[in-house]
Amino acid sequence: MTNLPRAGRRTPAGPRPRTLVNPNALRTRRGRAVYAVTLLTVVVTFTFVFVFPLYWMVTGAMKTPDELARTPPSPLPGGLDLTAYREAWHQLDLGLYLRNTFVYALGAWLFTLAVDVTAAYALSRLRPLLGGAVLGLMLATLMIPPMVILLPAYLTVKDLPPLGVSLLNTPWAIWLPAAANAFNIFLLKRFFDSIPTELLHAAQVDGASPARVLWSVVLPVSRPIVGVVSIFTVVNVWRDFAWPLLVLPDSERRTVSTAIASLAVQVPQNVLIASLVVASLPTVVVFFVFQRHIMAGLTAGGLKG
Amino acid sequence: MTTTRAAARPAPRARRVSPRVRRAARRNLTAYGFLSGALICFALFSWYPIVRGVLLSFQRTDAAGDTRWVGLDNLRTVLADPAFAGAWLNTAIFTLLALVVGYAVPFAIAIVLNELRHARAYLRFVVYLPVMLPPAAAVLLFKWFYDPGPGLFNQILRAAHLPGLSWLDSADTALLSLVLVATWMNLGSGTLIYLAALQTIPGELYEAAELDGAGLLRRVWHVTVPQTRLILLVMLLLQIIATMQVFIEPYLLTGGGPEDATVTVAYLMYQYAFNYDDFGGGGALGLMLMVVLMLFSAVYLRVSRQDAR
Repeated sequence: MTNLPRAGRRTPAGPRPRTLVNPNALRTRRGRAVYAVTLLTVVVTFTFVFVFPLYWMVTGAMKTPDELARTPPSPLPGGLDLTAYREAWHQLDLGLYLRNTFVYALGAWLFTLAVDVTAAYALSRLRPLLGGAVLGLMLATLMIPPMVILLPAYLTVKDLPPLGVSLLNTPWAIWLPAAANAFNIFLLKRFFDSIPTELLHAAQVDGASPARVLWSVVLPVSRPIVGVVSIFTVVNVWRDFAWPLLVLPDSERRTVSTAIASLAVQVPQNVLIASLVVASLPTVVVFFVFQRHIMAGLTAGGLKG
Repeated sequence: MTTTRAAARPAPRARRVSPRVRRAARRNLTAYGFLSGALICFALFSWYPIVRGVLLSFQRTDAAGDTRWVGLDNLRTVLADPAFAGAWLNTAIFTLLALVVGYAVPFAIAIVLNELRHARAYLRFVVYLPVMLPPAAAVLLFKWFYDPGPGLFNQILRAAHLPGLSWLDSADTALLSLVLVATWMNLGSGTLIYLAALQTIPGELYEAAELDGAGLLRRVWHVTVPQTRLILLVMLLLQIIATMQVFIEPYLLTGGGPEDATVTVAYLMYQYAFNYDDFGGGGALGLMLMVVLMLFSAVYLRVSRQDAR
């Protein structure tokens, strides 16, 4: 649980550790048969439960509304018809919403890194007076589930103290709250704590300022954890629903999730399904590419609140 | 270093301040400079809203924008709402049903996956895939599946010569349908966390249990479960906290219907604020939910402290 995520770590080759089932039992004829049946059942069930719905979604978007209403359904679409995807792109203006979401995610990523990395570094290495209390106050926010402060947070963003400006319908409403993430600070601080002090002392003796040490010594060795924080920040902004629903009500400003949800009733079934595919693609691609980081981050952050 | 530089230009008034104090002051100043961004963000978007959430529950803002204290009026309004008890009941049933399906199943899946020597990467990838979809997309996808006519689920039931269900359209099955999609979306993270925990169990324990004549199920019960006891407890609490906040499923699938069968506390809170324009009432509901969830959070914190030890 508390192991640090190491990007690109592979399990060392060697004898397989003993697990629940006796390895000798698996070598018998009966054991092999049971294993084969179990493996097959699991693979088929998983494919059916987790992949088939997605297959149904991707092919559903290639069917005409008539085809979609048919009973029994056709397992394959009539042809490689991408009309619904084209219509989704134009009717729902998906390009705009993807661009919006991309801008929100990018800004949230930059702000999160700038704010959380510096904060974690200060708490871990500069150790100011009351640093422990500050960290405690930050971690305490993990005990407050996001849904229960949804309304006061919305009211705050609507009339931001002490300036009295409204951040509604601006990217700031996504960017700044994303940076107030205690879990990121916790992960980063724990990683910075584990960096050997000699490494930092060497740089300090050379006269490097704290900012310089952070940039040229700490950050280069912290790439795995910074990667995990980055991926989770971007994916969270992309997946979030309730918060952008409230703070970005303007139809021009919506994220791809809230836009599709609000337009769902107005478009034909196949166009809606096509837009679901388009909305899902970016996160699925991110998962394909960063699978190892995401899974490492998930188990490192197993205690996420 | 710092000492020599400080000595080079002694400020007249700071002459009596020792270099050590000055160095500490400078370090603190730098540290708080580095912390300033986080302090501002937390103050504005975390700490202040928490305090405001409590205050909000005892205030009322009228159409002119004037805020005044109303004591327990908001609480009374909410308690008198006929939907109030139903919302808590629905939330509790949702949480309970989600536990029945969503708690034991990932653990069982993880135990089986841990024994497999083939297709591990594929299975792990596939089980986590729904977690990566934007929840709005997954929920709307299931809305189509739940269509009693040409929806996927009734098509499957029909192919198996079973009677179709009305899914979201009937008060009897609507809440269950919400649980189904929530479980499908979230099963993967629990599975992978359990899988990581299972890999830390020392193999000798299984060997010893086997020498004592323990069969497969007894080994699960007497080795696997005790060895993962803490993570099981932590996940139980985390799941309760997560599912009690259920909002997107009723918002997108049912709008609270049919017959208020899927109005949850978080959804009612949203309705108070944005449909009845009563942020005080919404705030009161939020505060109640916060109190209940903080109880679970407090237990969770105790447990995870134990875990760290």
